[in-house]
Amino acid sequence: MYIIIAGAGKVGWNLARELIDEQHEVTLIEVDRNRYLTVEDELEHRIQHGDATELWVLERAGIVRADMVVAVTGDDEDNMLISQVAKEKYLVEHTIARANNPRNLEHFELLGVRPVVSATDLILRLIEHEVPHHGLVHLLDLRQEQLEIIEVEVAEDAPAAGSSIGELELPDGCLVVSVLRNGSGFVPKADTRIEAGDEVLAVLNPGDEPDVCRLFGAYRAGRDGAGTAG
Amino acid sequence: MFVVIVGCGRVGSAIAKRMIRQGHEVSVLDENPEAHALLEHDMDQTWEDAGGRFTVGTALEVEALHGAGIEQADVVVCSTDGDNTNIIVAQLAKKRFQVPKVVVRVLDPYRAEWYSEQGLQTVCPTQVAIDMLTEAVMGDVDVVAGDIG
Repeated sequence: MYIIIAGAGKVGWNLARELIDEQHEVTLIEVDRNRYLTVEDELEHRIQHGDATELWVLERAGIVRADMVVAVTGDDEDNMLISQVAKEKYLVEHTIARANNPRNLEHFELLGVRPVVSATDLILRLIEHEVPHHGLVHLLDLRQEQLEIIEVEVAEDAPAAGSSIGELELPDGCLVVSVLRNGSGFVPKADTRIEAGDEVLAVLNPGDEPDVCRLFGAYRAGRDGAGTAG
Repeated sequence: MFVVIVGCGRVGSAIAKRMIRQGHEVSVLDENPEAHALLEHDMDQTWEDAGGRFTVGTALEVEALHGAGIEQADVVVCSTDGDNTNIIVAQLAKKRFQVPKVVVRVLDPYRAEWYSEQGLQTVCPTQVAIDMLTEAVMGDVDVVAGDIG
């Protein structure tokens, strides 16, 4: 694949290294002259100096033949604009953007820029995961596909505790994809019995969350729907 | 008319003062509190006494846009010093806040042209300068600077 990466900060540079290792053709674009020179020492012709929000800079980097554009500059406006232009003007098939400020995730969404990655938001979710003050954690929202993946800990008094997967009255389209018990995970079958304390990963339609929570005896998450990776 | 102006530099402040003199309601948003001084330069009263509003905040922050009254705006002018900020804020104003008229300053002629094709009302001072300078070079047309403010 030919991949253009806008922004040669820590994220952009390391991403470029990994992708080059995987035999992809990569061009990095960096606006800061000093940073450009530092990275150029290592990546040589695979980095260009310029402002990736300037259309001619993108064109010089060969955006018309790019399979993917990754916008990981430190400016959310720039990342939104680069992704928007890549997708809508140059018809690049895949774009990935970084949201530096998770509050801007809704703007990315509104402008149709997706998928968006926010490190801050991911860390917030991990904190939620590590410090579960409620029983349910959103792992992934696939908004376009209308699916989400949740993790829920089965409560002592939950209707599901002691029942087999087949007996559970799960909503249509909801699937238990994995059960974590005593530190190891497995894919359950219809006759797998759910125990209190199990951590259950389930794929479901976003609207079915209350039903699923009720079955497993979890409270709804306070931060549900914040941000998206879909 | 209620006008919200995002970005209070030379251009934004001059438009703000002109609009308020013409009797319009004007609310200005800028991340720099000191930008307020530009609104009172050449005015014989304070900006607030003249009926103007001034909010300190970053253009992409929804709270700041709310604070500036974007929901009631008849017109939004995006005149920060960043083309990309202006382009993104303009799209938020149109798509999220359904502002009827949005005018965007874009210095880069290429971005201005493309986003104008996408339905944004862009004004490109660089293009205007290119046209005027070319005309001044080629012909004997007198180019006179307009009134500021």
